[in-house]
Amino acid sequence: MAMQFYTNIDQIMRDRSELARKGISRGRSAVTLTYAGGILFVAENLSSSLHKISEIYDRIGFAAVGRYNEFENLRRAGVRKADLDGLSYDRRDVTGLALANAYAQTLGAIFSDQQKPFEVEICVAEVGPTPAEDQIYRLAYDGSVNDEPGYMAMGGSAEAIANVLKGAHKSDMSLTDAVKLAVKALSSVGGDGGASRTIAANQLEVAILDRARRGRTFRRLIGPVLTNILDGNGGAAAAAAPKNGKEPTDDKAAEGTEGAAKPPAPGPDKPTSSAGSADLE
Amino acid sequence: MAAGFDPSGRLPGAFTSAGTSSFTQFLSQVAPELLPGRRPLPPGVSGDVAPHATTIVAITAAGGVVMAGDRRATMGNLIASRDIEKVHPADEYSLVGIAGTAGVGIELMRLFQVELEHYEKIEGAMLSLDGKANRLAAMIRGNLGAALQGLAVVPLFAGYDLSASDPARAGRIFSYDVTGGPYEERAGYDAIGSGSLFANAALKKRFRAGLSIEDASRLAVEALYDAADDDTATGGPDMARRIFPVVMTATAEGTHRLTDEETAAIANAVVSGRLENPGG
Repeated sequence: MAMQFYTNIDQIMRDRSELARKGISRGRSAVTLTYAGGILFVAENLSSSLHKISEIYDRIGFAAVGRYNEFENLRRAGVRKADLDGLSYDRRDVTGLALANAYAQTLGAIFSDQQKPFEVEICVAEVGPTPAEDQIYRLAYDGSVNDEPGYMAMGGSAEAIANVLKGAHKSDMSLTDAVKLAVKALSSVGGDGGASRTIAANQLEVAILDRARRGRTFRRLIGPVLTNILDGNGGAAAAAAPKNGKEPTDDKAAEGTEGAAKPPAPGPDKPTSSAGSADLE
Repeated sequence: MAAGFDPSGRLPGAFTSAGTSSFTQFLSQVAPELLPGRRPLPPGVSGDVAPHATTIVAITAAGGVVMAGDRRATMGNLIASRDIEKVHPADEYSLVGIAGTAGVGIELMRLFQVELEHYEKIEGAMLSLDGKANRLAAMIRGNLGAALQGLAVVPLFAGYDLSASDPARAGRIFSYDVTGGPYEERAGYDAIGSGSLFANAALKKRFRAGLSIEDASRLAVEALYDAADDDTATGGPDMARRIFPVVMTATAEGTHRLTDEETAAIANAVVSGRLENPGG
């Protein structure tokens, strides 16, 4: 093996950071924010099949920006870890914090051990019983983790987008207001000369963790549901949510999207499964 | 966990590898001890060490399928449990009922639920109904060694087929044997477990294609009553303790478990019918 020249570790880390930051800032942005009925994820995404936002577990969602192959790798790892923990213990014992820690360790190890760091920024969010108990974690390429105060933006020009959110975000806002704020924030940058622009509905990937739902709370807002919300007709849109074979939707799912902070749906409190609390209804 | 000490603390390679979208295959790499059928058993037949879950029936109906199970688990001549629940949702559109060794069955059922959910989350799309049935068959096959030593589990699987050309006929039922399967039940009904002989005979005479979900639910409870009538390991409706069969449906709206009030009403109707005509 050839003898390696000595390089200052400080310099190596700076170079890796710069590479990761550059990679992330080239990509389109994503925002996560709490609202009365849950947690909202909005990402600018030209593809309708290569997702930036996805479900990890019952009350945990995942959003990422940067290189697709790298965050997809982490997303799979998260789903595997969550499902393994949920099977070994109980569904209630799978937490966003444990997942954020695992991601932080993994990203940190990759950043210090590998030639090239992951060019990704990740959000892990867990919806709680009230907006105050929602947790949003930001994981950076170097494994640093931050607990965000109810909203966060990542990707290129994240700072400018976060400033828009900071001024207008309230944790008791309705879903319609939250989606509009998120879209306004995302479109506030990137126009000619830093001006704002318009993002079409088919270039948005929108999903929620629905506080009112029992069991799996993750739901994508697609097609007419999304366009109706963007047109300001949120309540009716959610009620008219189409049955989509790919997305688990049910009647309970339509509740709670109007924004009122409801307690979990009154449905049968008895778990449908005596074996686990696998509440799949 | 199988991996040795890794000072970096990152998730082991099996977590981040591109690999498989099957949760059981992932488990076989990182935690094979969590898979039923991977544990060494002492030689000999040990079927009488654990409670047995008994009769499950499934009936196709117009626009879906109904599955019902009695609430008894037995250990030899004793009743091990009066209120065990043996019918569960496997995912949003399918149901699974277990008969045989209760502990292994519940473990297998939980694993099957995670398997389906895991695939859906990794791939972003649900498995087809046939795909689900085949996955369950592979999991039963994995338990073959234990089954031959007396710890057999035989499930019944039923679901609403989202890709069916005729929604009225979208309810489908799959049965299994200890070596796997699956066998699709095209007759429109099936029963498993110790009382299945009597439940099947009752269904053979009473089943008609195209029943409504309500009629099929009633028929399922009738068949369980007939099974309990002739099989000591199957429990009938327990009027004194208000314990009634678990009845679940899978339709285009997803899976649904009938409430205790609804099953109580069906069971009351069945029992009062039998007061006049014990043979049904």
